[in-house]
Amino acid sequence: MSQSELSPGAPPPLHTNTIQDGQQSVWVKVTQGPGLVSVLAVFVALVLGGLLIAATDARVAETAGYLFSRPSDFFGALWAAGTDSYVSLFQGSIYNSNQGFAPFLETLTVSTPLICAGLGVALAFRAGLFNIGAQGQIIIGSIMAAYAGFAWHLPIGIHLLLVVIMGVVGGAIWGGLVGLLKARTGAHEVILTIMFNYVALYFLDFLLNTTAFQRPGETNPISPILDANAVFPALPGSRLHLGFVMAILLTILVAWILKRSTIGFEFRAVGINAAAARTAGVNVARSTILVMAIAGALAGAAGVAQVAGTEKVLTAGIAASLGFDAITVALLGRSTPWGTFFAGLLFGAFRAGAVTMQISTGTPIDIVLVVQSLIVLFIAAPPLVRAMFGLNRKPKNKPPKHAAPAPAAPASQGGGA
Amino acid sequence: MRTIKRKTGMAAAVLGISALVLSGCGAAPEDGGGSGSAAASDYLGCIVSDSGGFDDQSFNESSFRGLTQAGKDLGFKPKSAESKANSDFATNLNGMMTANCNLTVTVGFLLGDATKAAAEANPDKHFAIVDFEYAEPIKNIKPIIYDTAQAAYLAGYTAAAQSKTGTVATFGGIKIPTVTIFMDGFADGVDKYNTDKNKDIKLLGWDKKKQDGTFTGDFEKQDKGKQVTKNFLDQGADVIMPVAGPVGKGAGAAVKAANASGKSAALVWVDSDGFLTAPDYKDVMLTSVIKTMDEAVEKVITEDKAGNFDSTAYVGTLENSGVALAPFHDFDSKVSDETKSELEALKAGIIDGSIKVESDSSPKS
Repeated sequence: MSQSELSPGAPPPLHTNTIQDGQQSVWVKVTQGPGLVSVLAVFVALVLGGLLIAATDARVAETAGYLFSRPSDFFGALWAAGTDSYVSLFQGSIYNSNQGFAPFLETLTVSTPLICAGLGVALAFRAGLFNIGAQGQIIIGSIMAAYAGFAWHLPIGIHLLLVVIMGVVGGAIWGGLVGLLKARTGAHEVILTIMFNYVALYFLDFLLNTTAFQRPGETNPISPILDANAVFPALPGSRLHLGFVMAILLTILVAWILKRSTIGFEFRAVGINAAAARTAGVNVARSTILVMAIAGALAGAAGVAQVAGTEKVLTAGIAASLGFDAITVALLGRSTPWGTFFAGLLFGAFRAGAVTMQISTGTPIDIVLVVQSLIVLFIAAPPLVRAMFGLNRKPKNKPPKHAAPAPAAPASQGGGA
Repeated sequence: MRTIKRKTGMAAAVLGISALVLSGCGAAPEDGGGSGSAAASDYLGCIVSDSGGFDDQSFNESSFRGLTQAGKDLGFKPKSAESKANSDFATNLNGMMTANCNLTVTVGFLLGDATKAAAEANPDKHFAIVDFEYAEPIKNIKPIIYDTAQAAYLAGYTAAAQSKTGTVATFGGIKIPTVTIFMDGFADGVDKYNTDKNKDIKLLGWDKKKQDGTFTGDFEKQDKGKQVTKNFLDQGADVIMPVAGPVGKGAGAAVKAANASGKSAALVWVDSDGFLTAPDYKDVMLTSVIKTMDEAVEKVITEDKAGNFDSTAYVGTLENSGVALAPFHDFDSKVSDETKSELEALKAGIIDGSIKVESDSSPKS
């Protein structure tokens, strides 16, 4: 059965899967449905990750040396290594007795830029465009937002508003340019966005070496701190800032665009079949430019969340790997707005929890990231998990092999024919 | 198909298990005693890296080494957090505050703001920041900084003396003061040689007056270091100083490749003694410009534990051996006694102040 049927927001299935529905037993529905598979995915990832953590644990290695003379030591150490890590992951991302729910606020903080940039990637996916350029769009958005934040001195309210607008416009220009080039020349958006990332990155490096972007009297490539009026107000006692509300609003906005608006309908039509959309009277060029501009604007908002939310300065590492994580977030969220939102939260939780995991258990951060990637891998590829548990029941009447719905919705190809 | 796969799987599993069985035959240790180290203490020293990580073959790594050594000496188990992105700084520092660290070492100017914020929020905690200095000292932060130009000056002089082609070169990773200070010192050392000997050794890759030169753009891409070095070699340079952390390995590879095809070029390593820390290139390692960050970090922690913390910057100089020119090792026989005695004289001159080595990036205090 096609994966697209499982994901509510993905483009409607193009094929007649409904024929099989009559034959589906309850068992098939339960085992093939997303619920059980997701639970199994997390379970498998946690077990595998736990083993991996245990394998790098000194105590486990030591006790393995005398496994047979006292096996309890080995299994005790194995269990301790695995569970300690996960407990601290939870304590660092959701709740711990010392700080209450402060870690959860941290999770929300970390996920804010991921959600914004993820929405940009997801929206472009839905219009059939592989937007690899979130990184560059975040950078340009950050540059413009940061400059407005530290170089201008404006009254409270107006300043922050301008910072947000500058960031969003910066991202929109950077994304829109790609759309324009693609629409006018037919150049491939993947190549364009990748190269635009480099242009943005080195442009940022250049700017940080100019005195306009450096602190007076210093030559380090780091910008002055943004004005107090230019940053998002934060919840006292945490780093959670108003940018998270912006992320929620943007999610609602993207959901509205896709579901209710005319341009959203056009985006999806172009995404499913550009030729057909053109025949039906959709202006494909306009739609391409527009969707890339909006995607860029969303990524620009992620840049704003960075400079006006958590960092408050512009540095060469302002975008970290957000633009690329955003692709994973969008894929994990199956390119739906709310899916992306929750995938962003999940990623944020991992990121926030990783710190505690690293500090309190001494698990190397790279192993932490490997475990996280495993979890994402299993969640994002349900057929893999179904195969591991032998749940891939082949329907009796094989559906005719069909071509994948092409770049239309990359996320929906996971379950292919 | 499927059954075959299962069988191979089984075979692999059996093999794996037998390996485990064989390796698990050791005897269990005696109970009691435990493996507690020396005298456990309540003191806790911690470290937060910048995005280079603790394996950057540069300041993160050597600071971490210093902390680990201090932990061994003083009987505590250091806590460490690697930052993967700039947004991790504040989170990692908060984690250290939660873990109740007495002194937290942070590495690099990028952590300046985050360390300041943490220090102000936790006035009873102590901090040390490596390679960065605040314009206004903060009472619970001790900066650990280096007048690297002094040692780089000696390296520049050595390079000029050793060059047969009359051209030497340097390049950096990113144009930041802690990198360009090496290049400034190197440039001055070459100039000194030219003035004293009435020679005209050329320096590629750095113009001290314009404060501009060749940079690879990061501290990661070894390929770029290799490319840049190859260009320098093609332009006739035969002593190269890469100031770019692991990117220096690319330079090492390029120098080795050039020597394999008949040239005789050499490398000047930075931060640590490359003869020991980058042994792959020891046969082309003329010398190194050393910053002994591990010793400084260890010293600051030891002092803090003894209750002698202060916020005066530690400045590594030739005088206190905070910076130094590494031994020539394999090149010892190739460096003339004349050069060696001149270097000794220069070093003495810098220490007593008769020779001034100045860089825009020199420590202010």
